[in-house]
Amino acid sequence: MATAAHRIARTPEEDGPADEAALAVAYEAAFDAAVAADERIEPRDWMPDAYRATLVRQIAQHAHSEIIGMQPEANWITRAPSLRRKAILMAKVQDEAGHGLYLYSAAETLGTSRDELLDKLHSGRQKYSSIFNYPTLTWADVGAIGWLVDGAAITNQVPLCRCSYGPYARAMVRICKEESFHQRQGYELLLTLSRGTPEQHEMAQDAVNRWWWPSLMMFGPPDDQSQHSAQSMTWKIKRHSNDELRQRFVDICVPQAETLGLTLPDPDLRWNEERGHHDFGEIDWTEFREVLKGNGPCNEQRITQRRRAHDEGAWVREAAAAYAEKHTSKDTVQNGATRANNGAKDGEAAA
Amino acid sequence: MTETTKPPKAREPVPHTAAALALGDDALVLSHRLGEWAGHAPVLEEDVALANIALDLLGQARVLLSMAGDEDELAYLREERAFRNLQLVEQPNGDFAHTIARQLYFSTYQRLLYAHLAAGDGEFAGLAAKAVKEVSYHQDHAEQWTLRLGDGTDVSHERMRRACQALWRFTGEMFQPVEGLDVDWEGIRAAWLESVSAVLRRATLDVPEGPQSGAWSAGAGRQGLHTEPFGRMLAEMQHLHRSHPGASW
Repeated sequence: MATAAHRIARTPEEDGPADEAALAVAYEAAFDAAVAADERIEPRDWMPDAYRATLVRQIAQHAHSEIIGMQPEANWITRAPSLRRKAILMAKVQDEAGHGLYLYSAAETLGTSRDELLDKLHSGRQKYSSIFNYPTLTWADVGAIGWLVDGAAITNQVPLCRCSYGPYARAMVRICKEESFHQRQGYELLLTLSRGTPEQHEMAQDAVNRWWWPSLMMFGPPDDQSQHSAQSMTWKIKRHSNDELRQRFVDICVPQAETLGLTLPDPDLRWNEERGHHDFGEIDWTEFREVLKGNGPCNEQRITQRRRAHDEGAWVREAAAAYAEKHTSKDTVQNGATRANNGAKDGEAAA
Repeated sequence: MTETTKPPKAREPVPHTAAALALGDDALVLSHRLGEWAGHAPVLEEDVALANIALDLLGQARVLLSMAGDEDELAYLREERAFRNLQLVEQPNGDFAHTIARQLYFSTYQRLLYAHLAAGDGEFAGLAAKAVKEVSYHQDHAEQWTLRLGDGTDVSHERMRRACQALWRFTGEMFQPVEGLDVDWEGIRAAWLESVSAVLRRATLDVPEGPQSGAWSAGAGRQGLHTEPFGRMLAEMQHLHRSHPGASW
């Protein structure tokens, strides 16, 4: 929490008229001090424009990734091979929609509406995680996404729970809890397949072969090529470098793959005693850049489906808005009636 | 989501197996249809809401099917003609208005039926007591959207009108007696009509005219006669499970 002094100094609308330039300097100093002291910046606090813009960009990209990420998994809801797995998968996809909601709300605290961000997603001006531009070809991909993609996401996101911006950090606490649940479910799905019939085992191995490298790319370009890293580290939006997090992820996955009875598709993967970490092979950054540019297997499909859902739903959102408009004037009466109805229904249900 | 313990596969036929299948198949099939919306809903809140309803229904289906046998064998290995669900719940999603009309018709029916079963002391009382609370939310969700679509814009009014009309002929089947359930079906029919009519009127929609069932197939779903889209739905749902006979998932 920011101290009282910081908060007063960082909240322009609560101050009386004063020398604006002097105030700006004071605000910036208070902001820097708060960040340095690991205090949280809150929506009403003063913050540099670039800090706000960086957060909006990052939170939006994260929110977009949640809602686009529903697609490759929803691809298997209707084919889930047991009712238990179907329930788990539906709950997971629902969680992702929920994460999208928290994150768009976090972005709203920075003064950017969900509509504005969706518009940027649909027009290609904002991105989502490139991992979702890969297809889910078999049931085992659902497990591989849980284990590797959610695993990589958690490695990236756990440090965000300590991010300097309060609403984002708090949203991430909840998201990380749910993500780690998804990760365990994915792992358990793969374990079941790996120990199942030879065909199931092969299906699991094939999925891991296809998802391993794209998962490593989720940590972003190598540190010396990362555009946004340095400033984000200073602002404590980001706390570890891309390469550090990637290494952490590899070290976690290697023993898990052994337990799964599956191999990771990297001949150069081996323990390095001296470093105390696993060495791993060169990532194909050409593929990464191609997918980022829009040339991945599913870029077109994902964004087309998203736009279609949005466009086909326009009449529904318009209807809800028109209804709200018509009934605002009658609000008091209407709400009273609805409450009475619901009360009657609850009574009946409990009986 | 609670795990249900699977009963032994070979089990003595119990008097209520037919009822467990009828109610379980309704929940299973509607849950599947709602699951098809994931990632396609008109607004993010509806991706959450429709998935939530689908999950409630799937939970009910698992309990009910387990009362009749092995849930996965029943869901994945029966042929189309062995399913006992209403034709209403297998109807394709259509646009959002069709999905909401289907939800309005079915959740109103399901709430009345479960409230009735919960009040009794039969085999389904426990399940129904829990489910009726979930279904009350489903009904509220459907009613709130019926009002917004019916009394929203000209476009939404027309779409909702068409949807209510198109699905009307699948509603009569809901009140056909189900073997093993001691229910006042005529009472449920009257309460259903009253409730649905009131919502439609508030939504500035007319209560559809015309028969509540097709000439050929009154009560047909309960006898295992389904509509053409159902076979395709099952083909998709069962394909993976059937491709690996005997495998565990």
